[in-house]
Amino acid sequence: MSALPDGERPPPDGALPPGCAEGAGDRAFGVYLHVPFCAVRCGYCDFTTYTAAELGGGADQARYAETACRELDLAATVLAAAGLPRRPAATVFFGGGTPTLLPADDLVRMLDAVSERFGLAAAAEVTVEANPESVTADALARLAAAGVTRVSFGMQSAVPHVLATLDRVHTPDRVPRVVDWARDAGLAVSLDLIYGTPGESVADWSASLHAALACMPDHLSAYPLVVEDGTRLAVDVRRGLVAPPDDDDLATKYELGDDVLAGSGFSWYEVSNWSRDPAGACRHNLGYWNGDDWWGVGPGAHSHVGGVRWWNVRHPRAYAERLADGGSPAAGREVLDAGQQHAERVLLGVRLASGLPVTVLPTEHRHRVRGLVADGLVDPGAASRNRVVLTRRGRLLADTVVRTLLG
Amino acid sequence: MARTAPTPSATPPDAIRNFCIIAHIDHGKSTLADRMLQITGVVDARQMRDQYLDRMDIERERGITIKSQAVRMPWEFDGRSYALNMIDTPGHVDFSYEVSRSLAACEGAVLLVDAAQGIEAQTLANLYLALENDLTIIPVLNKIDLPAAQPDKYAEELARLIGTDPSACRRVSGKTGDGVARLLDDIVREVPPPVGDADAPARAMIFDSVYDIYRGVVTYVRVIDGRLSARERILMMSTRATHELLEIGVISPEPVPSAGLGVGEVGYLITGVKDVRQSKVGDTVTNSAKPATGALAGYRDPKPMVFSGLYPIDGSDYPALREALDKLKLNDAALVYEPETSAALGFGFRCGFLGLLHLEIVRERLEREFDLDLISTAPNVVYQVTMEDGTEVVVTNPSEFPGGKVAEVREPVVRATVLAPSDYIGSIMELCQQRRGTLRGMDYLSEDRVEMRYTLPLAEIVFDFFDQLKSRTRGYASLDYEADGDVAADLVKVDILLHGEAVDAFSAIVHKDKAYSYGVEMAGRLRKLIPRQQFEVPIQAAIGARVIARENVRAMRKDVLAKCYGGDITRKRKLLEKQKEGKRRMKMVGRVEVPQEAFIAALTNDVAGADKRK
Ligand SMILES: Nc1nc2c(ncn2[C@@H]2O[C@H](COP(=O)(O)OP(=O)(O)OP(=O)(O)O)[C@@H](O)[C@H]2O)c(=O)[nH]1
Ligand SMILES: C[S@@+](CC[C@H](N)C(=O)[O-])C[C@H]1O[C@@H](n2cnc3c(N)ncnc32)[C@H](O)[C@@H]1O
Ligand code: SF4
Ligand SMILES: [Mg+2]
Repeated sequence: MSALPDGERPPPDGALPPGCAEGAGDRAFGVYLHVPFCAVRCGYCDFTTYTAAELGGGADQARYAETACRELDLAATVLAAAGLPRRPAATVFFGGGTPTLLPADDLVRMLDAVSERFGLAAAAEVTVEANPESVTADALARLAAAGVTRVSFGMQSAVPHVLATLDRVHTPDRVPRVVDWARDAGLAVSLDLIYGTPGESVADWSASLHAALACMPDHLSAYPLVVEDGTRLAVDVRRGLVAPPDDDDLATKYELGDDVLAGSGFSWYEVSNWSRDPAGACRHNLGYWNGDDWWGVGPGAHSHVGGVRWWNVRHPRAYAERLADGGSPAAGREVLDAGQQHAERVLLGVRLASGLPVTVLPTEHRHRVRGLVADGLVDPGAASRNRVVLTRRGRLLADTVVRTLLG
Repeated sequence: MARTAPTPSATPPDAIRNFCIIAHIDHGKSTLADRMLQITGVVDARQMRDQYLDRMDIERERGITIKSQAVRMPWEFDGRSYALNMIDTPGHVDFSYEVSRSLAACEGAVLLVDAAQGIEAQTLANLYLALENDLTIIPVLNKIDLPAAQPDKYAEELARLIGTDPSACRRVSGKTGDGVARLLDDIVREVPPPVGDADAPARAMIFDSVYDIYRGVVTYVRVIDGRLSARERILMMSTRATHELLEIGVISPEPVPSAGLGVGEVGYLITGVKDVRQSKVGDTVTNSAKPATGALAGYRDPKPMVFSGLYPIDGSDYPALREALDKLKLNDAALVYEPETSAALGFGFRCGFLGLLHLEIVRERLEREFDLDLISTAPNVVYQVTMEDGTEVVVTNPSEFPGGKVAEVREPVVRATVLAPSDYIGSIMELCQQRRGTLRGMDYLSEDRVEMRYTLPLAEIVFDFFDQLKSRTRGYASLDYEADGDVAADLVKVDILLHGEAVDAFSAIVHKDKAYSYGVEMAGRLRKLIPRQQFEVPIQAAIGARVIARENVRAMRKDVLAKCYGGDITRKRKLLEKQKEGKRRMKMVGRVEVPQEAFIAALTNDVAGADKRK
């Protein structure tokens, strides 16, 4: 499981430092609700998630909604105490883990708690991540009725041997079915794909892309497989049992994906995200890239409010205990200085198709944009309109671009 | 054991014997010295350890002596107490400058020969050095305890070499101590006492020094005339600097302060001055109140044979490296250096060494004793280049090899002496031929052992010649060499270009016939070491404008971490910070970012040498 970052120790009551309320009126507010449970753990995954076996029974899972609601109480108190105005949640995102491993009623209860504490904005985007193998039509209908607007399915691939390598337990034919159920329930649909899995050919990847498009999703995320430290995949790679993903292969597949998606009317709005029309972009995730405020509920969840980032303890039991004791489950935090805020602004901003305003850069650094244009990494037209927007080559070399801009 | 050890500063010259132990490498000098330390009682059984005088870690790890060490030992002979100053010397050819300075402090030399090996190349070289210094030679066969020892055979060889009777060769075992007491008696009897004018103004020769972090500069001297006393002011004759003598004494085998040092005595001085330039090996120390008029003849400065650039891996360590070199130079008079700049490696020093082992030792001592991380460029010899317009250029750094119209390039050559069993004559000749050698003569030392004399380009032998020689002769051959001027040769400079820019640290001057293989090897090696950049990077090896080898580092197509970490932006930013940190350790060659490690790895093995091994 991915380690939490190092940071300073947050106060036991989770109080926020002064200053984080500044300009809050201009920033959207979102709520992320983490559900740290999975039926089995996939070999490549380092998210904060546990199987029932790892937790020694399902007790944590059964009481989870209640515990999460406690953190929402804490959130309301802490934000108010810090002088932040009450902002209705513009976006809510249930992520995992596997949110749909909880009864739909539990998720609904958590969503209700959000609207009770903060209110839901008029056209709020409410997303739930769901695993194809376990989600049901009933659950989707129940969620939609309770205010969920969007579902994101972990499709990953349409090719059996790739799914097997990824330890995914669903069969490819399950995805169109769950998508139909979602659509019947009136939900917008997103599909997650992973490319570059060991053994995946370009043809396999192409097949997955076409299978995904055949489902007519509104939105698609395509992630290159990352070998995360501490995962079973990392061990296998180190032992030489499987080949690590190859950057050239990943680049080829990215380009293929971008071509195929563009050919079907999708356009990229973030390096790894495409939507059929601009309104279909995931607003919750855009909040991350735009430096908006959000409160992350749940073990290992990350939050950001006005230049303060913090993250919770990872184990569900430790998490529940902290809240039961009336304290904050935060494990660490950082209060970003101006330099760090600038670095993040650049780092996150360039990943978006809307780009980064050149004016964000100090005057003496702006000439760097010209070099990036010359190298074919930044779009010349956008640059002339004072925005740094990546070309496709630039999207693949976004880290180089960020390093160059920051010097 | 002596009961009444003569007191330093109050020992008449006729009760002093100064001698050194010289031999081919590994013939047992330090081990014999151990037994002398024990028999004379200056080191007791409890303190004793093997090769006691090999004090540096690096000497102990490698099992070789690098520094000469002088020790004063008492010895009783014929009812009289004597003071013996024994100097254990290194055997490796790279340290012969240590030996020659030791010889100059002595009247006698124990010429040690391993009774299982016989005479080897440095036996001859060191013998000749001792004879040049007019020393009394005491021939000694060592390791007679070994079952493989052939003392009779080698006594004959040794006697023939120095022109005495085989019965004059003593037989000892440094391991068991057998014969060592008798040898000490012989030393008293045969080595002449030092002569000097006790009433003249003091003149003492600085033969070594060392920087001690607590005490500053410690200077080792041999008194020729007069005396030096504690607390008086002394004058360094070459720099005219005066200092107060805070401490004076003898090494026995740890420093023992004394009232002074008189004629013929060997000991140390401490002035408490931290300035490392005050003590120069070869300088004469005299009394400041009553200075001598003429200085002693100093040492001939050794001529560096190989050069290499030394650079701190962390550029900010440059001043520390300078200071470290200044301090190390005190203890290593053969080291020469001057600042140089490399586009690829930054600020550093071009250093001259007596050989590759010397280079290795200096680098290791700098790293260990001064806590530096260093990178060294491929070693090279020095070239004399004459241009068509008659100007002459001395090239110690291949990247400075002049472009334009070169009339002639001269490279240094050596006279090499190879001693080996006669069975190997054929394969030795073959090797020397491959290395562009010319046979100058050959003599039989005995029925089955020959001495072969060659002229060889220095560049051909400093690198792996000795390894080759050993492997072709099953380890039986030994090698010695000395500089012998320079000759014209067909040499070219091969440049290595990254993305069209020459990387100065990789330029090499090689014989025309070897240019191609050097280029191919280096380009291939760099291709594996240079990370992909956002553009394609051609790597070329070129002689002037002519490209002789080419490789390509393909453009990097992807570096972005496209995963969304569920809002863990901190991790992403920290990754970026780490990348930026890594970039700071990158050296820019034009637009190409080259990690320091790639330079190090590319420079780690000498390619010219590696190529020859094939
Ligand atoms: N059997 C036996 N071995 C010996 C004797 N003297 C030395 N050796 C061994 O020979 C090896 C070399 O001994 P050293 O005393 O280090 O030789 P050295 O001449 O000082 O070597 P350098 O200083 O490197 O030139 C060591 O392994 C010793 O133990 C001896 O009399 N008998
Ligand atoms: C944390 S998962 C949660 C969703 C759900 N449990 C699932 O797996 O479908 C969100 C998405 O992250 C992506 N992901 C997880 N680990 C990844 C890895 N190591 N490399 C690339 N993508 C990964 C997958 O596409 C996954 O759908
Ligand atoms: S189901 Fe999703 S969250 Fe769970 S282990 Fe697999 S990838 Fe990770
Ligand atoms: Mg020795």
